[in-house]
Amino acid sequence: MTTPLLEINDVSVSFDGFFALTDLSLSLYPGELRSVIGPNGAGKTTFLDVITGKVKPLKGTVKYLGDSLVGLSEHQISRRGIGRKFQTPRVFENLDVIRNLELAASPAKGPFALLSQAIPPSARDNVHRLLDYVGLAPYARVQAGSLSHGQKQWLAIAMLVAQSPQVLLLDEPVAGLTDEETVRTAELIKSLAGDHTVLVIEHDMEFIRDLNAPVTVLHQGRVLTEGSLDDVQKDPRVIEVYLGQSQD
Amino acid sequence: MKLFRRLLPWILLAFAFFILPVILDDFRLNLFGRYFSLAITALAIDLIWGYTGLLSLGQGIFFSLGGYAAAMYLMLNTKSEAGGNGIPKFFENYGVDQLPFFWQPFWSPISTLILIWLIPAVVAGLVGYLIFRNRIKGVYFSIITQAALMVFYHFFNGQQKLINGTNGLKTSTTELFGMLVGSADMQGWLYRLTVLLLPLAFLVCRYFTSGRFGDALIAIRDDETRLRFTGYNTVPFKTIVFIVAGILCGISGALYTVQSGIVSPQYMSIAMSIEMVIWVAVGGRGSLVGPIIGAVLVNYLRSLVSEALPEMWLFVQGALFIFVVVLMPDGIYGWFTKGGFSKLLAAFGIAPKTPIYPRLDREVVPVSEGRAISKD
Repeated sequence: MTTPLLEINDVSVSFDGFFALTDLSLSLYPGELRSVIGPNGAGKTTFLDVITGKVKPLKGTVKYLGDSLVGLSEHQISRRGIGRKFQTPRVFENLDVIRNLELAASPAKGPFALLSQAIPPSARDNVHRLLDYVGLAPYARVQAGSLSHGQKQWLAIAMLVAQSPQVLLLDEPVAGLTDEETVRTAELIKSLAGDHTVLVIEHDMEFIRDLNAPVTVLHQGRVLTEGSLDDVQKDPRVIEVYLGQSQD
Repeated sequence: MKLFRRLLPWILLAFAFFILPVILDDFRLNLFGRYFSLAITALAIDLIWGYTGLLSLGQGIFFSLGGYAAAMYLMLNTKSEAGGNGIPKFFENYGVDQLPFFWQPFWSPISTLILIWLIPAVVAGLVGYLIFRNRIKGVYFSIITQAALMVFYHFFNGQQKLINGTNGLKTSTTELFGMLVGSADMQGWLYRLTVLLLPLAFLVCRYFTSGRFGDALIAIRDDETRLRFTGYNTVPFKTIVFIVAGILCGISGALYTVQSGIVSPQYMSIAMSIEMVIWVAVGGRGSLVGPIIGAVLVNYLRSLVSEALPEMWLFVQGALFIFVVVLMPDGIYGWFTKGGFSKLLAAFGIAPKTPIYPRLDREVVPVSEGRAISKD
């Protein structure tokens, strides 16, 4: 067995006494694609907040390539190769599409580098490749704020890929997308897995089925169960938390 | 037309440098010199507020620090100002016979020229770094900068023995190069100096707002958290911009002081710093032309209104601010570049109405066109 790329061990997060995560453990192996589902309030987004440094865990460890990520700030974790897409498509609305991507793709991210250096050609090529790939090339010079919701989602995903992270954490990548866009997003994500390690949080079960990846179910800040989607869907505990059936 | 637009800044500059001193009397020319020096402050505020989204209500600090630095040099180097101990006369009123230590560097013109911008830079760097490192933003940032302003205001107001307290330092009776600073000739030269420094300040702001650094600033304004997750540490970006704005305000304050004839703690009053923000809002934030228009226009209006109806200015200023916020949220310049003028003509039936939907056979026109943040 290879060592995990990202290892979350016994993590608890408390917001003023309310435990958003309780003793959560999860490991991601290199090249793995993993889906995470769970009802609202299960702690899915908090779980990403812990990995990416937005929230400090009360206890437990988060290790990436054997190094602890706890206490590092968001940009440090991002630079180590963990990229995140937010639940709502967050793009820089007053910049045009290509500048959004160039900010993400730029290998140097310090203020003086940005003042003195042009973006390296390799990063620029990467940006153009991604623009074509997500079909935003005709909109390269359009302000991101005037894109449609679906286009913003794609731009957000493209920005994430442009960062060339090792690990991609995708929070509801297909929320608000049309069926066709959803299918294309699933293809994109599957093509990223292998080279990258991808963790997807989603509510859309069709999409999860499309991804055909192991599923982790979160409930009340704990891992309820893990397995293939079919197994998980048959699990009475999963049915209970989703449908609210009382246990006999 | 394109050539005209290209040449317009040079024409305006030449007009301000050569023509205005000829056609205006000394009094008006001096007023315009003050407007142009205030425009540098407006540019600075636009840099931090319009581009980076940091609404500072404390730029008066840096403005005054620059002003005091210039005034201290002039006080020390004017024979007629010197009292018995060879130090400025006002010290005698308070029984001070030793020059306070921090006056010492202002004997020298060179160190004064450095300190005019270095002191604001250091203060801005310290204040900015502490605020930004602690991730204070939005309205809390505004409140803290205003609180800092009040601290400085009360300090300067209360320290008669150090800097003549609430009386301030009068520069109009001091001498520079053997000329009285308040004299018409000297004021003419100071006007020309201001006209040259304003475009320089403009270029500095353009250097920071164009290119990838400028993109990062706009990204901070739009969604700072997102930018952090993209791998950017936003603290140095914001600190650098705050320092640059502080430097520009310091230079602006020095120019304003020597042209208005006095620097006093009133420059650190809350109202003054809020007025600075109003100039930018009126002119149009997020563009570099807007703040210059705003500062010159609002202050010109102020002079006109104050001369005609001295009590009315605050009402006019308030009305102007409300008018702009409600009807021109992008300011005068933003309103103009977004086709406000032709819309106005169309409303009166003078110009043809533009179709609501773009025609299909047209090229996709970038929405950003014409706005200062896009550059082609």
